[in-house]
Amino acid sequence: MQKDKNLVLRVEDIHKRYGKEEILKGISFEIEKGQTKVIIGPSGSGKSTLLRCINQLTILDKGKIWLENEEVTQTKKNINRFRQKMGMVFQDFNLFDHLTALKNVEIGLVRVKKIDKKEAKEKAIEELRQVGLEKQADLYPAQLSGGQKQRVSIARALAMDPKVMLFDEPTSALDPELIGEVLEVIKKLALSGMTMVVVTHEMGFARSVANEIIFMEGGRIIDQGIPYKLFTDPDHERTRQFLCKITELYGKSEEEK
Amino acid sequence: MSDINFIREILLPPVLEGTVVTLKLIVASIPLGLILGILIAVGRVYGNRLISSFCIIYTLFFRGTPLLVQLFILYFGFPSIGIFFSPFAAAIIAFILCSGAYHSEYVRGAIQSIKSGQMMAAEALGMNKFKAILYIILPQALRRSIPGCSNEIIYLVKYSSLAFMVTCVELTGAGKIIASRYFEYTLVFLVVGAIYLLMVSVVTKFLGMLEKKLEIPGIG
Amino acid sequence: MNENLALIYQSLPYLLKGCAITIGLVGGALGLGFIIGIPMSVGQVYGNKYLSALISLYVWFFRGLPVLVLLFLFYFGLFSFLGLNLPAFTAAILVLGLRSAAYQSQIFRGSIQSLGEGQMLAARSLGMKKSEAILYIILPQALRISIPGWSNEYAILLKDSAITYAIGVMEILTRANFIATRTYKPMPMFLTCAVIFIILTYGGVKILDLLENKVSIPGYGERRSEF
Repeated sequence: MQKDKNLVLRVEDIHKRYGKEEILKGISFEIEKGQTKVIIGPSGSGKSTLLRCINQLTILDKGKIWLENEEVTQTKKNINRFRQKMGMVFQDFNLFDHLTALKNVEIGLVRVKKIDKKEAKEKAIEELRQVGLEKQADLYPAQLSGGQKQRVSIARALAMDPKVMLFDEPTSALDPELIGEVLEVIKKLALSGMTMVVVTHEMGFARSVANEIIFMEGGRIIDQGIPYKLFTDPDHERTRQFLCKITELYGKSEEEK
Repeated sequence: MSDINFIREILLPPVLEGTVVTLKLIVASIPLGLILGILIAVGRVYGNRLISSFCIIYTLFFRGTPLLVQLFILYFGFPSIGIFFSPFAAAIIAFILCSGAYHSEYVRGAIQSIKSGQMMAAEALGMNKFKAILYIILPQALRRSIPGCSNEIIYLVKYSSLAFMVTCVELTGAGKIIASRYFEYTLVFLVVGAIYLLMVSVVTKFLGMLEKKLEIPGIG
Repeated sequence: MNENLALIYQSLPYLLKGCAITIGLVGGALGLGFIIGIPMSVGQVYGNKYLSALISLYVWFFRGLPVLVLLFLFYFGLFSFLGLNLPAFTAAILVLGLRSAAYQSQIFRGSIQSLGEGQMLAARSLGMKKSEAILYIILPQALRISIPGWSNEYAILLKDSAITYAIGVMEILTRANFIATRTYKPMPMFLTCAVIFIILTYGGVKILDLLENKVSIPGYGERRSEF
C-alpha cells in the first residue's frame, strides 16, 4: 500500500454476500484526485451495493477501503467522520421530507459539523445557487420536481465539502425531460475538479465526462479503461455486447451528436 | 326542590371540584404518556434485542389487560408488597403506563412507514443513529402518528373516570356520590355526561388545530 | 409462593365461571352493536340528511361519554326511570351494545365509503333497487373490509367489560376482587385476572384473524394491523 499523495479513494478486494448469494466477488479499484470514474453494467451486477460499501452504509464481508490514505474499514467507532468526507447522491433522492430545500442542505452543517447557524445558512444558500435553485430554498420536497429534488440532494452532499462524491444512478428515477438539468450539474462538478464515482446508464454522459469507465457484471469488474477504448475497441466481448445494446437504447454521446 | 336549583346549589359545586381533579389527572398523564409511548416505540424499533423484547412485552401487557385491572393492581395489589400509592398517584401512574403502550403502537407504525432512504441519507451525511432518529425520523413519524395519538388522548379524557374505582374522587365520582345521596341518578349523570362531552369536544378541536399547524406539504 | 399458586389453582373454577359471563357480555354487546350498527351505517351513507344527522347525534353521544358514566346513567338512572327492572348483566349488555353500535357503525361507514360509488352505479345499472344493491353488492364487500376494525372492537369491548364491575356484574374482575378481599391476597388474584384477560384478548384476535383469512377474497383490500 503506497502512500500516494494523489490517491483519494482506494478500494481493495471487496466481497459482500446477501444470504446465499455473493453480490460482490472481489472488487478493487482506485481513484486519483480530480478523476471521474463511471461504473456501468447490467442490473444486479452489484454497482449500488458497491457504492454503499464504500461509505459503509452496507457493511462488507471482506476487503479494505482507504480514503486519502486513512483506512476506513478498520474504524468501527468513527465511521461518521469518514461519511462526512464522502458525499452520496441516491437514485431516490432521499431528501428529508419535513425540511425545506434550504434546511435540507443546512442540516448536515448544523447538526453534524456543528457549524454556526448563520454561517451554515450562507453556505447552504450558496450551494443551492450553484445548482440553480436558490429561488426554491423555502419549498418543501413535495413541492419540487424530480430534477429539482435531485439537484437539492447534490447541493446537500456538496455542502459537507466532501473529498469524493458517490452518485448512485442519479438520473434513473427521473422523467426524461428532467435528466438533462441534473447531468449538467454533475458535469459542471466533474469539470471543476471534484473526485467522483458515478454509477449510471447514461452512456453519452459517461463518454464525455469519465476519465475511466469500469464495466461490472455479476459482482466482478469485467473491463476498465478510457471511454474511447471501451466504446470502440474493448478487450472483452461481453463489454462490447453490453455497450452495443445500451448505445442503441440511450443514444450516442454528446461528441457524436 | 326544582331541578334547576338542585343542579345549581347541590350538584354543581362538588361536580366542578371533581372536574378540576379530572383536569389535573389528564394534564399530568397525557404528556407523560405520550413521551413514554415515543420512548417505547423508538426502543422497540431501534433498540437491541434486550430493549426491544422489553418494549414488546410491556406493550403486550398494557394493551392486553383492562385499565381497571391495572388500576387495581397498583392501588390494591402493591400495598401487599409494601408499596403504597395514593388514589391520585395510582391513577396517574396507571394512565401513563397504559396510554404509553397505545401511543407506542401508533408511533411505531408511523416510524416503520417512513422510507428507509431517509435513514440512509441521514447516515450518509455522517449523522449517528441517535441524531438521525432525533432530527430526521421522529419529526416525520410524530406528524404521521397525530391522528392515532389524538384518538388515544381523547380516550384518556374519558377513561379518567375509572380513577373513581380506586377512590379518587374526580368528576364521575363526585356525581356518583351526590346521585346516591339524593337518588337523582338520571339528572346527575346527564349533567356529568354533558361536562365530559364538553371536555371531549374542546380537546378534539384543540388537537385538530394542532394538526393543522404542524402540517407540511407531502407528509402525513 | 406455593400458597399463592395454590390459591390461584383453587380460584380458577370460580374465575372461569366469570369468563363465561365476560364472554357472554362481549358476545352480546358485539352482536347488538352489529345488528344496530349496520343499519346505522347504511343510513348515514345512503339516507337523507335528517336521518344522517340523527345518527351522527347518537354516535356523538355514545362515543363522547365514558363507559362508566353510561353504565351509571342507564343502570341506576334511565332504566329505573323507565320502570325497567333489568338485572345488571342484561343492563350491561344493553349499554355496551348501544355504545358498540356507535363505534361499529363508523367502522362500517368507512368501509362502505372506501368502496367508491362505482359499485353502486354498476349494481343500479343492472336494474337492482337501492336496497338490493346494498344487500347483495355493498355489504358483502364492506363487511369483509371491516374485519380488522371489528377485531379491534372486540379487543376494546373485552377490556371495557371489566368496567361492569361498577354495577355488580359477576365477571372476571369482580370475582377476582371478591376473592382478593376475602383472602387478603390482591396481587396474585389481580395478576391472574390480568393473565386471563391477555389470553382472551390475543386468543380472540387470533381467531378473528383466522376468520378473516377464511372469508377473504383473493387480491382484495389491505390488511391493516391493529394489534
